[in-house]
Amino acid sequence: MKTTRRQFIKIAGMGTAGVAVAGSVLGSVQKAAERSISTPSTDSELFRTPTYCEVCFWKCAAWVYKDKEGNIQKLIGNATDQHARGKLCPRGTGGLGMYYDNDRLKKPLIRRNRDDDHYEEVSWDVALDFIAKKMKGIKKDWGKENMALFVHGSPAKHFEYLFKAYGNENHSEPAYAQCAGPREAGFFATFGSGVGSPEPADMQNSKCIIFIGNHVGENMHNSYVQELSLAIDNDADIIVVDPRLSTVAAKATHWLPIKPGTDIALLLAWMHVLIYDNIYDKEYIDKYAFGFEELKAHVANYTPEWASGITTIDPELIRKSAHTMAAAAPAAVIHPGRHTTWYGDDTQRERSMAIINALLGAFGRKGGMYMGVKQKLPNYPVPEFPEPKWTWKDITLDKYKNAAVGLTNVLIDASLPEYPKEHQIKGWFIAGTSFINTIPDRKKMFKAMDNQELIVVVDTMPMEMTGYADVVLPESTYLERYDYARGGKNRVAQVALRMPAVEAKYDTKPSWWIAKELGNRLGLKKYYPWKDLEEVLDWQFQKIGTSLEEMKRIGVKTFESDESIYLLPGEDFEFNTNTGKIELYSTDFAEKGYDPLPKFTRHESPDPGFYHLVYGRAPMHTFGRTQNNPYLYELRKTNDVWINPRTAKLWGIENGMDIWLKNQDGIVSEFSTKARLTERIRPDSIYMVHGFGHTSKKLTRAYGKGINDLPLITKVKIDPIMGGTGMRNNFVTFLLEKPKKEEVKS
Amino acid sequence: MNVSGRVIPHVYPHLEIWGSAIAIYLFIGGLAAGLLFFANFFYLSGKQNSMPMTIKVAPIITPIIISLGLILLVFDLHHKLYFWQLLLHIKMRSPMSWGAWTLSVIMIPAILWPLTYLEDTIDYLKKRNDKCKLIGLFTWANNLVNKIKPLVLLLNFFNKYKKLAAYLTIYLSIILGVYTGILLSAFNARPLWNTSILGPLFLTSGVSTAAALLMWLSNNPLERKLYSKIDLFLIAIELFFIIHMFMGMQAGGNAQVEAAQLFLGGPFTASFWVLVVGLGLVIPATLEILELSGFHVPIGIISFLILFGGLLFRFIMIYAGQASSFHVL
Amino acid sequence: MRYAMAMDTRKCVGCSDCVVACQTENNVPLGYCRDWVVETVKGSYPETVKMHFASERCMQCDNTPCVRTCPTGASHIIEGGIVKVTHDECIGCGACIEACPYGARYVHPDGYIDKCTFCDHRLEQGMNPACVDVCPTSCLIFGDLDDPRSPVSKALQEKDWYVLAPEAGTNPQLYFLK
Repeated sequence: MKTTRRQFIKIAGMGTAGVAVAGSVLGSVQKAAERSISTPSTDSELFRTPTYCEVCFWKCAAWVYKDKEGNIQKLIGNATDQHARGKLCPRGTGGLGMYYDNDRLKKPLIRRNRDDDHYEEVSWDVALDFIAKKMKGIKKDWGKENMALFVHGSPAKHFEYLFKAYGNENHSEPAYAQCAGPREAGFFATFGSGVGSPEPADMQNSKCIIFIGNHVGENMHNSYVQELSLAIDNDADIIVVDPRLSTVAAKATHWLPIKPGTDIALLLAWMHVLIYDNIYDKEYIDKYAFGFEELKAHVANYTPEWASGITTIDPELIRKSAHTMAAAAPAAVIHPGRHTTWYGDDTQRERSMAIINALLGAFGRKGGMYMGVKQKLPNYPVPEFPEPKWTWKDITLDKYKNAAVGLTNVLIDASLPEYPKEHQIKGWFIAGTSFINTIPDRKKMFKAMDNQELIVVVDTMPMEMTGYADVVLPESTYLERYDYARGGKNRVAQVALRMPAVEAKYDTKPSWWIAKELGNRLGLKKYYPWKDLEEVLDWQFQKIGTSLEEMKRIGVKTFESDESIYLLPGEDFEFNTNTGKIELYSTDFAEKGYDPLPKFTRHESPDPGFYHLVYGRAPMHTFGRTQNNPYLYELRKTNDVWINPRTAKLWGIENGMDIWLKNQDGIVSEFSTKARLTERIRPDSIYMVHGFGHTSKKLTRAYGKGINDLPLITKVKIDPIMGGTGMRNNFVTFLLEKPKKEEVKS
Repeated sequence: MNVSGRVIPHVYPHLEIWGSAIAIYLFIGGLAAGLLFFANFFYLSGKQNSMPMTIKVAPIITPIIISLGLILLVFDLHHKLYFWQLLLHIKMRSPMSWGAWTLSVIMIPAILWPLTYLEDTIDYLKKRNDKCKLIGLFTWANNLVNKIKPLVLLLNFFNKYKKLAAYLTIYLSIILGVYTGILLSAFNARPLWNTSILGPLFLTSGVSTAAALLMWLSNNPLERKLYSKIDLFLIAIELFFIIHMFMGMQAGGNAQVEAAQLFLGGPFTASFWVLVVGLGLVIPATLEILELSGFHVPIGIISFLILFGGLLFRFIMIYAGQASSFHVL
Repeated sequence: MRYAMAMDTRKCVGCSDCVVACQTENNVPLGYCRDWVVETVKGSYPETVKMHFASERCMQCDNTPCVRTCPTGASHIIEGGIVKVTHDECIGCGACIEACPYGARYVHPDGYIDKCTFCDHRLEQGMNPACVDVCPTSCLIFGDLDDPRSPVSKALQEKDWYVLAPEAGTNPQLYFLK
């Protein structure tokens, strides 16, 4: 081949046409030499550093592969990590888009005048001085306790530390009251231990997994999906209860197409079948459970026939699925789910799920639920934190007695101007959550924000929340910073390091630095005796038998534990409950005046012309935070509205038609999106993926794409036990034409 | 339905990698093939003096339109600067390679043939219309050619072996005409094209368009009548081919049956039957019958309709073919 | 040696990890992809509705229409039956795109035609293609069909499978497990 090219160069030397041709010839010869441009790099040509991912909250340990110039080539999962197991999900794989997204926040911004939209670019010194001044002002006029910290993800640790050092414990994550809170309360009341993340469902060893509305596969958490795949390899039965043919429902042995809001009826019927058909784990219940007789009496009339009328599920199917799970027990488990704040009685629904797990003998058994172990990392020695005058507990636990952590919605209530002055919140500090897109009932949010003297938002992207802030602080992405090591509960105790893979872009800073710098300005120097987080990490690692240097080389370290993750046969295990046993009948709830056994409550049905608003996830996006990521944007640019063809026919809606949504309170979606006619959804419901419909114009890719479901969630039912905001009581109707301007304001 | 956001320019969700450039190029190929065929065929039949337009004058069009076609093709390439790679390789199983080489080889007689008749052309033009502006152009060209010694030698050489050249050129022109159809029919991935009738159909269509053009350009009533009859015959064959093409598709696999639907109720139905078959074939045929029966019909209308129909036929085939697929989704 | 891939439609959750992993591994320009995921829905709610996902890419056919039609030989077959494009020989005529029943090829912004290469640069190092390694459900199985003990051979022996557009006569080497 090369010979031919050289000869051709000689011939092409003649004539004017030859010039352009010769150019391409030379070009091709040059290209042959620079083959690395067109052929991909092999791993041996790349360098790698460890991190753990922050695109979602599964925190998979990963390797960042970089070329000679330090450009990120790709992200690959750490093979020894239990969360990653050598792989990353599509969002983790596309994580480099977070770093390269040029719509990122670049400099600290201050909005000096709340009435106009103008944000001034300032230096970090100016921004932090401003915040410190405002915080001191609030401290003087109201109290240092009168501020709220709303966080999620890795920034949480740094700012919770700061606030605690400051003397404020009013921190809260939407992940509790807007998401996983009910399952923590429900499972804790039953087994004396919460669920946590990753959930300790032993799916890879399971013979039967039950999912209640849990759309694993669309809710795409790494090892969660990997374990499901292993279960499928093991020919495990999968039972899915979902109004929609979700991805996992399409793989299920039994799919129960339930009417929205009626899950507790089904669960009670399952309890009935397990008990009255005598297929529950009698030995296990005799040994470990309390309250069986009360439960048996409670579910005496909750037959499959009774449940069928409520749930629209065939009674034989209810019976068959109960027998399937009993046959697989104890290697059978109802997965606790993740986002469980649905109808306001969610703790009781999770309680029902926990009870059935107990009847199956699943807790502490292989293929059921394991008891996770973790490696604790010691805290760097600092003086004791000051005692705040009051905390979130003082304004929460009187009403929501089982709230385990601060509730965002309670703190927002406390932020309203009519709230008693002693406990009124006058300043918000937000980090790692696009808060405005997380909290339902926007009207209240706006009122609460208006009452704040200071709103600080720490984010990597110009998300909608930054448009409501007084100060916007640009955070470095996880690829550019150190953070505390990850060490959660799992089958085996592991610790994962996050270290910067690349230089911080623009004028962004890591949260630990922001917290430290702000702390210094607030007179908290004694709580920051260390120079940087590297120093703290090295200290911590050395205390547990490794070092920063070793962690940089291996990324994830496994620690042997002699605790068993399963109950040993015949073990006299003491559960962390009042009775020391699994409480089928919850003495804690009875004490506090809640139903000790779950009851079914009928929830609202939509008016004619309205449909259940069912929302969920897409596997290539994380909530509303990844729509602008250039890689993930290409995978899915917008959401659509799933409509059953029978319903669509009534409305004259065709596949791909643009429609708007209006909810029962007259709120109309800002943008339109396309209708997707599919048989996968019930005629009385519609489905859409959450996280789209961005209104921040600075998100150049994501702006205006799709409908945002959150503003349509105006009716909120609060769970009386732990204060979670039930969001699935909202109904929508269709608008086929662009709505007039007045209606759009929400 | 696609769930990973796939949108590939020109490929997905709509395949449009070939467009007007290719359609025009195929039309030009067919037209050039036909012009060359007639010129060489009637030369071999000894009609040099009775059909000067066909044999001596019209052939100058051929190298011009072939060059135009080639320029269009090169501009349509996505990796334009590497077009010369086409001439570095011969791939026997690639119709495109056949086409590239055939065109390159056929350019030789296409250029040399009309150059041998430059003086005859000038005489013809003078006789027909001595105020024609082209006379000056041809005179200048003739003078230029005569000045270039090697070219004169080459032309003399060509003249010496003209008969052999004519046989070879007829052979090449038929290949060229059929190739424009085989290029498409060799794609088993496009069910609409994947019928072996497409080669002969395009050849017939190409020769028919050449006959129409020659009929228009000629001012010799006998020549015109001859082409009228030839065209009528060719149109009849084309109609036969088209009908059997659909019969074949209806009798083929699912993909073929579906592809046929594009013209039998689908988006291309009206444009094909009304414009290509109606305006481009049936109406000119009818007009030609009328003309031959004694009614006077302006030749220009008939020729234009045939040429228009031929061009439109290529366009529709290119776009409809890319709309046909195996529905692998 | 005949490389082939099997794709288990029972397990695929349509997450498109294979798409983005391929992009970062092979520097595929944004807005283009070498593999993709499709969803098929059948039946009606609630009794008969069914759904599955499939991950598609170049089938690395045994009877390649694209290599056959390439006028310069830029599209060629290397060891293992993998179809590759030599960028400097490609003129970008698009014939191979017309020839492919699966829509596997695209025009790279630099002008040449590009497509999935089964990550042959990784195969040389004894690794799997990037999509196979990243798939969280491990539903992509790869190997040498000439080796009866390779993962893909075993999968095809043990399970029912189908290929796409067999009537096109291309003999594709991406098998879909039912």
